[in-house]
Amino acid sequence: MDYTIKIGGEAGQGVDTIGAILSKIFTRAGYHVFSHPDYESRVRGGHNFLQIRLADRPVTASRDIVDILVALDRQSIIAHEKELSADGMVVYDSAALGEKVEKPAFLDVPFTDMAIKQGGSKIMANTVATGAVLGMLGMDLGIAREVIRGELKKKDEHVIKANLDLVVAGHESATRNCSRCAFALPPGGQRKLLIAGNEAIGLGAVLSGCKFYSAYPMTPSTGIFSFVAGKALEYGIVVEQAEDEIAAINMALGASFGGVRSMTASSGGGFALMVEGLSLAGMTETPIVIGLAQRPGPATGLPTRTEQGELLFALYAGHGEFPRVIFAPGTPEQAIHLTNKAFDLAEKYQIPALVLSDQYLADSSWSYETLNLEELRNTDYRLRGETFRNLQSYKRHALTASGISPLGIPGDGPHLVVTDSDEHDEEGHIVEDAEMRRAMVQKRLLKKMPLIKTEIEPPTVYGSDKPEVVLVGWGSTYGVLKEVVERLSARNAAMLHFSEIYPFPGTQKLDYLALLRGAKRTICVEQNAMGKFASLMRSETGYTFDANILKYDGRPFTVESLSGEIDAYLAGV
Amino acid sequence: MHTLQEYEGRTPAWCPGCGNFGIRKAFQQTMVELDLAPHQFTIVSGIGQAGKFPHYVRCNTFNGLHGRSLPVATGLKLANHAMPVFVFCGDGDCYGEGGNHLLNAMRRNVNLTLFVHDNQIYGLTKGQASPTSLEGTVSNTQPFGALSQPFNPMVLAVAMDCSFVARGYVGDIDHLKELMKEAINHQGFSLLDIFQPCVTFNKVNTYDWYKKRCYPVESTYDPSDRVEAFRRAMEFGERIPLGVLYRNQRPVFEEKVPVLREKPLVRQEPLFPRVDGMLEEFY
Ligand SMILES: Cc1ncc(C[n+]2csc(CCOP(=O)(O)OP(=O)(O)O)c2C)c(N)n1
Ligand SMILES: [Mg+2]
Repeated sequence: MDYTIKIGGEAGQGVDTIGAILSKIFTRAGYHVFSHPDYESRVRGGHNFLQIRLADRPVTASRDIVDILVALDRQSIIAHEKELSADGMVVYDSAALGEKVEKPAFLDVPFTDMAIKQGGSKIMANTVATGAVLGMLGMDLGIAREVIRGELKKKDEHVIKANLDLVVAGHESATRNCSRCAFALPPGGQRKLLIAGNEAIGLGAVLSGCKFYSAYPMTPSTGIFSFVAGKALEYGIVVEQAEDEIAAINMALGASFGGVRSMTASSGGGFALMVEGLSLAGMTETPIVIGLAQRPGPATGLPTRTEQGELLFALYAGHGEFPRVIFAPGTPEQAIHLTNKAFDLAEKYQIPALVLSDQYLADSSWSYETLNLEELRNTDYRLRGETFRNLQSYKRHALTASGISPLGIPGDGPHLVVTDSDEHDEEGHIVEDAEMRRAMVQKRLLKKMPLIKTEIEPPTVYGSDKPEVVLVGWGSTYGVLKEVVERLSARNAAMLHFSEIYPFPGTQKLDYLALLRGAKRTICVEQNAMGKFASLMRSETGYTFDANILKYDGRPFTVESLSGEIDAYLAGV
Repeated sequence: MHTLQEYEGRTPAWCPGCGNFGIRKAFQQTMVELDLAPHQFTIVSGIGQAGKFPHYVRCNTFNGLHGRSLPVATGLKLANHAMPVFVFCGDGDCYGEGGNHLLNAMRRNVNLTLFVHDNQIYGLTKGQASPTSLEGTVSNTQPFGALSQPFNPMVLAVAMDCSFVARGYVGDIDHLKELMKEAINHQGFSLLDIFQPCVTFNKVNTYDWYKKRCYPVESTYDPSDRVEAFRRAMEFGERIPLGVLYRNQRPVFEEKVPVLREKPLVRQEPLFPRVDGMLEEFY
């Protein structure tokens, strides 16, 4: 079983609400789900959709074929009817759309009329639509009732009751009238959880003891902010909406200097504004985690869409030379663990650590039976209280063999904690002499870099271990590459996925260069126009991929279209 | 009891006769009188001659970027609101590069004290006009003289309902020291703009220029009267008032953050949360 349900409508019509409730019902019932939204940068009107893939095995990307299209507006039919599978169905409300479609694949359910007549409000049309989809799938309503109750728990009982009645009504209408519906669900397994990339990064931050989060809203990074803000009270986190991204990063640095783990995040232009602050983190050796959720640029670009165009920007952002780490998780699970690792390395080495994602990862929801939260790297590297107080002497930027200086907390002892954005001496005071400059560059950068590099894990290999075809990717393309590799099994294919990107992984733990050189064809798949990762690979290892598949229309790769492109390429060589 | 020597930092790289020396002296005396040891407070500063201040006073220091000291200080204070946090910056630093942060610091009302070394010029970069330079100030980058009107920080601060608004002058160290104490003791965001002649680059706003114009507000002046405060703040010409021009009792930001009610963030435990149950909301 592998069905795709697409819900289309104008912004503000409830595409998200229907999608969220259906996804929750499916995962609660024990099915696997992958969902991704496609929305415009507007609050009302336009055309948005959300696509849910429902399966009885793990699914990690969206397909091009739609089995059930929930059309809340005419545009949904115009744009997506052609995506229907052979048995695919459109469910719609002819009265609301002002058009009756006399085709066998169209199921007319009067969402609005039923909502008004039976529920007393047309807002509940979405509940009727939800019920209709469940009816088309032949799912019983036990879990749906439970989920709806849960989602509406803050509402009055009569509202809850009306919604429960309407989900039944939608279900009945579809069951009665959809003679063509041939969908069949096998029994569900163990309940699943559902988590999106932004939530996972936020969760990773909370789990890592992040105590301070300042940011300025910018799509698609805002979901991290709102997730952390939602946890502020429970986990003792100060969240502050800064006046701009420059303030956001500087506030986070101030809090980190004060002794608490801090984070900020933004996208495109917002991150561009943070760049001077990033360099300040480098110079003052102040730990900070920075989320960069990419979207297509340049400038404002496509605010609500996806791209992987900022890898080299993230790498080179900041004037001067200083160490950093860059992680690009491919899944929500990786996002939790790499955010945690970013907090750990940021503090251990007193550096900025970047978590690079994009709109596709940020907003896509993945299902898991559970997530392993046991193996978090939570060590406090700061010198606090007694420990700090009892030091004989203290120099914030002491020259040490490892390059790592003691990170004290101002006010915790008689010692002064001094740091400076100017070049400074061991105590942290402004200096200009050449010898100290050399010593500080060695300490801050040259000694730390090789140590940081030893922390980096190699890329993930999936598929054949002696592959003839290797698909290479980084960040959010993990899921689609994995599924495409499964489809290409006849071709003896493997995926090589990089999520710990900088310092660039060495080949000691895994000789990925040997794997690439042993293959007949290597293809780097990226969501940008210039092959940013391919050029980083070339500059770090000298290796050049045989081909690049690049997509820069702001829409994510889907399983069929990407495997089609790869097939076409392989057929041509 | 602390001694002045305890606050003696590195040797200043300021020009001989620079107004900044007076600010340093007043500040060190203030610390002695307030009985604050060097490790008990932090100075956040920006870039400029003023920004070098904390290197010349022994204290915890975050000498950050040009224009960005207020956000750093805000983050630091929210991390540890039990610690006094002072911000030292230049007129260019704070009123030019960091203008937006100033507006928002006044709105937020975090309990910070901001000391602006106002020499009406960009000192460190060798004499360009600053936001407070008088119209017509000629420099290597203003060949036709500064064409914009000078910025009046006092008027802005009163308009923003800034919690504490004052102006001092290094020509009267005792008066300046008293203002510093009041500013620091005030609960809420405090702005103390300090006239500080730049003896090298500002040939107009000299010690004499200030001496002729500056007068302390009379002892009957009521800084809680906002309308009168506007009138005084606007007075910038033949006569310029010194002293606390405006003050209110707005609630302090950190008191409104529920997370900070019990104790400072940096003292809160556990450092890392327990993980059990955290995934439940996703099912
Ligand atoms: C982002 C940035 N822009 C410009 C500068 C160069 N710069 C350093 S200090 C300064 C102006 C200093 O004037 P002010 O803040 O009034 O301080 P003063 O030296 O007069 O005390 C400038 C423009 C810088 N360091 N950083
Ligand atoms: Mg100046």
